[in-house]
Amino acid sequence: MIPREFEYHAPATLPDALALLAQLGDEAKLLAGGHSLLPMMKLRFAQPAHLIDLGKIGALKGIREDGGTLVIGAMTTENEIVWSKLLQQQCPLLVEGARQISDPQVRYKGTIGGDISHGDPGNDHPAMMLALSASFVLDGPDGKRVVPADGFFLGMYDTLMKPDEIMTEIRIPVPAAGTGYSYSKLKRKTGDFAAAAAAVLLRMKGGVVDDARIALTNVGPTPLRASKAEDALRGRKPDDDAIADAARLAMSICAPSADQRGDEEYKTAMAGEMTQRALRSALARAQQ
Amino acid sequence: MAKKHAVTFKLNGKEVDVVVPPRELLIHTLRERLQHTGPHIGCETSHCGACTVDLDGMSVKSCTVLTVQCNGAEVLTIEGFAAGGELSVLQEAFTEEHGLQCGYCTPGMITRAHRLLKENPDPSEEEIRYWMAGNLCRCTGYQNIVKAVQYAAKKLSAQAPA
Repeated sequence: MIPREFEYHAPATLPDALALLAQLGDEAKLLAGGHSLLPMMKLRFAQPAHLIDLGKIGALKGIREDGGTLVIGAMTTENEIVWSKLLQQQCPLLVEGARQISDPQVRYKGTIGGDISHGDPGNDHPAMMLALSASFVLDGPDGKRVVPADGFFLGMYDTLMKPDEIMTEIRIPVPAAGTGYSYSKLKRKTGDFAAAAAAVLLRMKGGVVDDARIALTNVGPTPLRASKAEDALRGRKPDDDAIADAARLAMSICAPSADQRGDEEYKTAMAGEMTQRALRSALARAQQ
Repeated sequence: MAKKHAVTFKLNGKEVDVVVPPRELLIHTLRERLQHTGPHIGCETSHCGACTVDLDGMSVKSCTVLTVQCNGAEVLTIEGFAAGGELSVLQEAFTEEHGLQCGYCTPGMITRAHRLLKENPDPSEEEIRYWMAGNLCRCTGYQNIVKAVQYAAKKLSAQAPA
């Protein structure tokens, strides 16, 4: 399978890439790791006339901490996230999630910025971004803007990003020391998208839940933040009843579409199960 | 017709020049222009790993990389493993441990195992299974592939200067 013909551009700097994007308009698609876009192009689900490859722009890569915020270049790959000592220490949720994305070869090429900006509800970073209260830096013809992850995802393949913008950075506030975390994902096999998955951050204080963040993957047209489930846990002892209540509330917002991974009922049930597993695992890791 | 691009890269240590349309995939350049038919075409959908090559120190599926992206790159394929008529340690390992039956996945397996052992010279069985999970084999049940990687790890570490 070979994609339709297109013109290839490999700008060396961000301003060059933005200028090309402005000039070529919606005829162009941005190429990051290429492991969503190129398969779609082979299947003719996408047929852009131009590809703008962001792979030569070194400034879009890298992981650093800047005053309590983790700053990740949008072209940073999944394996770079998995191997990052800084993230292993400061944001292990992201490492645990990235380890469950696709397979080793795909993780050498797939990027966090591509995963997020593609707007595919099956991608794993969006739910983690909601759980982590991340924000995204979008560069466009009029400069930079920073938008929160919560509200960024509008629908299937639809985000707040405009066609003339490029995602350049992901910013994540470093979770407080002792915060429990988990990304629990059910998939049929290596390389598959989630049948359902849950990202959880959990902070405990005096034996009760001080704060919880719960977000779900692939059980709706966008990643879903389970706010009611979070509210039900706050201030409560996280016993079996509390965890079951949270899972039930998380299930109540699911609207998955049926496919080979299961029907609506099964996927909703699995979202509940993943929420329970992620909460238990986060609880075991949280400093009491 | 889309504009063709001149692309120069190193293939198993030797510089090669090709002129390709942007849509040409690396696997096709390797097999059809450069007669390197070791990397195989299995699924063409970036699942099976039969087309795995080493690109600038990364294992990649060459069915999902454009040749135009490889200008200036270093590419290693299975053809680059044996030297002077001698099998490489990984090739020997797959032979000794019967790590193949039909052999279709083997070039991708060995190329992937090469990068894995560069990154982690002493992997546990669990690590081997996790980091080899992008390569599918429909014959062996993986048992002997894992043993072959363990054989190679052991032999390579014994060879490594202390």
